Amino acid sequence: MSKGVAITGMGIISAIGNNVAENYRSLLEGRTGISQISKIDTLHKDSIMVGEIEFNNGQLEEKLGLSPNNNYSRTALLGAVAAKEAIANAKITDIKAYRTGLISSTSVGGMDMTEKYYYDYLESGDNRRYIEGHHAGDSTEKIAEQLGIDQSLVTTISTACSSAANAIMFGARLIKTGQLDRVIVGGADCLSKFTINGFKTLMILSDTYSTPFDENRKGLNLGEAAAYLVLESEMLVKKENKKVLGYVAGYGNANDAFHQTASSENGDGATLSMEKALAVAGLKPKDVDYINAHGTATGNNDLSEGRAIIRVFGEEVPEFSSTKAYTGHTLAAAGAIEAVYAILSLQNNIIYPNLNFKTPMKEFALTPETTLKEKVLNTVLSNSLGFGGNCSTLIFSKNP
Amino acid sequence: MEKVFINSIGSISAQKTFDNKVFLEEITTYEDNVIPAIEPNYKDFIPPAAARRMAKGIKMGVVAAKIAMEEANLSNVDAIITGTGMGCVRDSEKFVTAILDNQEQFLTPTSFIQSTHNTVAGQIALGIGCKGYNFTYVHSSISFESALIDALMQLQTKEAENILVGGVDESGEHTNTIHKLIQHIKLEKINTNKLLQSNTEGAVFGEGANFFVLSNNKQNSCYAQILGVKTFNTLPISKLTANLEGFLKDNNLSVDDIDVLISGNNGDLNFDNYYLELTQGLFNNTQQVYYKHLSGEFNTASSFGFWLGAKILKTQHIPSEIALNSIKSKGFGTVLLYNQYRGKNHSFTLLRQC
Repeated sequence: MSKGVAITGMGIISAIGNNVAENYRSLLEGRTGISQISKIDTLHKDSIMVGEIEFNNGQLEEKLGLSPNNNYSRTALLGAVAAKEAIANAKITDIKAYRTGLISSTSVGGMDMTEKYYYDYLESGDNRRYIEGHHAGDSTEKIAEQLGIDQSLVTTISTACSSAANAIMFGARLIKTGQLDRVIVGGADCLSKFTINGFKTLMILSDTYSTPFDENRKGLNLGEAAAYLVLESEMLVKKENKKVLGYVAGYGNANDAFHQTASSENGDGATLSMEKALAVAGLKPKDVDYINAHGTATGNNDLSEGRAIIRVFGEEVPEFSSTKAYTGHTLAAAGAIEAVYAILSLQNNIIYPNLNFKTPMKEFALTPETTLKEKVLNTVLSNSLGFGGNCSTLIFSKNP
Repeated sequence: MEKVFINSIGSISAQKTFDNKVFLEEITTYEDNVIPAIEPNYKDFIPPAAARRMAKGIKMGVVAAKIAMEEANLSNVDAIITGTGMGCVRDSEKFVTAILDNQEQFLTPTSFIQSTHNTVAGQIALGIGCKGYNFTYVHSSISFESALIDALMQLQTKEAENILVGGVDESGEHTNTIHKLIQHIKLEKINTNKLLQSNTEGAVFGEGANFFVLSNNKQNSCYAQILGVKTFNTLPISKLTANLEGFLKDNNLSVDDIDVLISGNNGDLNFDNYYLELTQGLFNNTQQVYYKHLSGEFNTASSFGFWLGAKILKTQHIPSEIALNSIKSKGFGTVLLYNQYRGKNHSFTLLRQC
């Protein structure tokens, strides 16, 4: 099969750290970012736990050097911070030196401002600058501007909780087909009353720390985050003698075609997406050294995903864990957050613990890793599954 | 690289376009600043019980997709790729309103579920049982073109054979109200035939769904071949002509090869100068048409322009109501589409007779 696409930079901001180094330290120390919500005044504040980023909007604006009358949603602020770290990490000094694109993803977009000023817009002109910032593409446009990407291919994907994985997949294919030399890929989502209440009505929010793959799991914790990768072509990597952090070796996307919000009991979609990704990477299931599972800790996801893993890997399921108990489920950003974690795994030969796990599920004999484990890792598989039956799998590798 | 064809179409718009047998024979004129889609009798396409539960955007998308699938004589496809600027925005509005008015109590999940941008693509997949690739692009006025770029890549490399691609947006009351406040929607009501003479800020908003089966396997139903699509997040007006010439050159074409320019003018005093740059410049001697007076402006309005291009190439006919100048080409072999919204998110699309 064709070679993987080189990853030369990454950036992240999440509930467990404001950059890659802080995130990695929290992962090693088993430190969760889940807490009671402090930045949104919601009725549900005592009945849910979330993964919140420590900075408030003012601090993020200051970090980015924005004027007070900017119209950045929190999604755009988080996205810009993470994308800038990725660019710096890839040691890019002239973004225009090569054909550079941006593929971002989000599910809430500028909903945080819309819900805040929804009626206020009608009464006063003070905050109307945010009206333009509502649509999902706005945060991407702002990130492009922050990075200096202009006159280029810049677009946004929104496929619910698989969004960022799909952005990485699309970016990798744009590099492979030679349409771009370099592409920044990832996603951002902030917390909002909209998503908190949406998931609340679906009755899949846990009132305590989430417990992925546990028999007694009570649902998910929502989180906010942003993460981006820099993907570069083989030509560029050679010419600039770039340091490569890892490779996007395989990708697969499939639809469960079962239910708008629930996954099929046998995980048809997830099975297909894992099989496709393995085929693109030219790998066999036994070549996968670690699975970073979607593992949201909802009753439905973990059962469906677990069954799909068994269907693909049979008796020899490699070590797996979900990192959602650290960060919360960061929706559209999740695929990029976990891509960064997968690359850190490969670089350091480390498997992260699946926090809060106690009791194996009765439906199958799958037990996630519960302690930090050292293992030589060459290949990490990462799943992202979402509403609308969207199933995506990415495979990251140490070598091309 | 495989050639890519538009094998079938399905359109629901502010004009009566859901019947593929006709081509704008009867034009509906409006005197307004927001215009609605003319909907087919949904019962002819989907069970009434299912239709009742669906948001308007879902119904428009599912039915336009169904019309396209039927014309291509397919029961399934390898991939479904949609573009939508706002998703099912009415459900977003409904859910926000419910949160605010009831202080986060007594909420039901339906509108939250439908508000997710990928709902239409997910519902189509559910309806036909398509377990293939399923993507949704949500980037303002290039949402549909992003879907096209993705589909082209898969069809040119033979990763897929048939892909259902579509653009869909519904219009929402609150969204329209606030866009009037910032004059993205014209303050005055305007007649369909006077849109480009309005000389005022803002556009007339619309809604609709345009779906297509794209394939590297040309069928008898074929409308056109897609030669290329290119998007730009920003483009200063001074660079427009040069970039367009570069795009044509990449496709081994020059200005003289273009028989028709389909221009995305929406009558906004502040931004139509981009279109004028081409219509009065490079394409001054080319036959020109426009369409947003018929479809209204929305994030995926360019998918209506794409539908128009496909129709023109297949029927070799241009209805007089869409003429932007008086030049007449001898035949219609190659069509170029140009679109942008508020000076951002530009797209060039090239179609050829098949």
